[in-house]
Amino acid sequence: MRVRSIEAIGARTLGFVSELGRMAFFAGHVALTLVTRRPRPGRVVQEIYDVGVLSLLIVCGSGLAVGAVLGLQGYNTLVRFGAAESLGAVVGLSLVRELGPVLTGLLVTGRAGSAMAAEIGTMVATEQLDGLRMMAIDPVDLVVTPKAVAMVFAMPLLSCIFTVTAIFGGYLVGVVLLGVDGGNYLTSLESAVDFENDVAGSLLKALVFGVLVGLIATFRGYTSKPTAAGVSQATTSTVVVASVSILVFDYFITALWGM
Amino acid sequence: MTPSPIRDFVVGLFVLVGLGAVAYLSFQVGGLSYKGPVGFHLVATFGEIGGLKVRAPVVISGVRVGQVERITLDSNLRARVLLDIDPKLKLSVDSTAAIRTAGLLGDQFVALVPGAEEEYLKSGDQIAYTESALGLESLVSKLVTGLGSGGSGGGEEKK
Repeated sequence: MRVRSIEAIGARTLGFVSELGRMAFFAGHVALTLVTRRPRPGRVVQEIYDVGVLSLLIVCGSGLAVGAVLGLQGYNTLVRFGAAESLGAVVGLSLVRELGPVLTGLLVTGRAGSAMAAEIGTMVATEQLDGLRMMAIDPVDLVVTPKAVAMVFAMPLLSCIFTVTAIFGGYLVGVVLLGVDGGNYLTSLESAVDFENDVAGSLLKALVFGVLVGLIATFRGYTSKPTAAGVSQATTSTVVVASVSILVFDYFITALWGM
Repeated sequence: MTPSPIRDFVVGLFVLVGLGAVAYLSFQVGGLSYKGPVGFHLVATFGEIGGLKVRAPVVISGVRVGQVERITLDSNLRARVLLDIDPKLKLSVDSTAAIRTAGLLGDQFVALVPGAEEEYLKSGDQIAYTESALGLESLVSKLVTGLGSGGSGGGEEKK
């Protein structure tokens, strides 16, 4: 019994490593189609519509709410030290450095990543990808690559839109409701945030998260079992794995970028 | 998938809004628009720079005119601060560079006080008169230990 459980640990480890290897091959395949095949702008635009435009509402709504909460919490804490004037710096720094890219990554994972995995998984289950192969069309080229590219492209834009709406949400609560001076809010925000350390790091994070979510979602869908349970499993594991890797990578990017 | 002009337009709009947000964050919030005046460098050495950091502002009468480019240690083990400032400025050779603190606990910056000489500093010149940073700690310790010894008035020094 004890030997069996140790065996299971070994099998899981080996399974994890070979999964990683399969994923690397898959990423290589996607990159290869990107370089060698004729680009498909129509498909990419359609996917950007699905990923970006349709996520806009929840990204803006969440951004406003997060900014409002930050404004309220920051104000309540700062006002004890008589430093309510630096509310803009608190809101801006936490948004640009962490909350903007991370929360956008999580939202887009839930909103678009899961849909991506489910769509490709259903195509696998209904043998549509095999049909494409029969017609000598590479399904990675037609289906997967446009989705991954759209994710990488849309994520930084969505992250910046999130950050800007959240700054506005903080402004609404801090300045309009609680009476912090509007000029002070914006000046402290602008002097605290600088381009090289904060904004560029924020864009880099969003870009990496876009690559992560795009790859994980398409890979999970592409390798899902061709059953109803397989599709649901692919969708769930997309959300779980993508969310966890966003949080883990966030730490490493922060540490390496020296923020 | 039939091409749809409305969808293309909406996607284009999304991209424009996104790029607008990127631009707002980069230029307005990130302050990328501040193109540091290039080329005019001055050197100042200090005995103590406190918490002065690279990219800290350089001001004259409170107006920002440049930034700290590099901080190194010179051969006499004093801090050698390279300032990058607006080349249009005419600073006389007896100008003073002082490290000041914004507020009691704020960030440190370099304040230039113009002198009265007719001769002007050239790029690469060294500022002769400097005033080191006044740390809160050193102030307190001076207050505690030096009350009787007639206080030196904080590290003003001539080089």
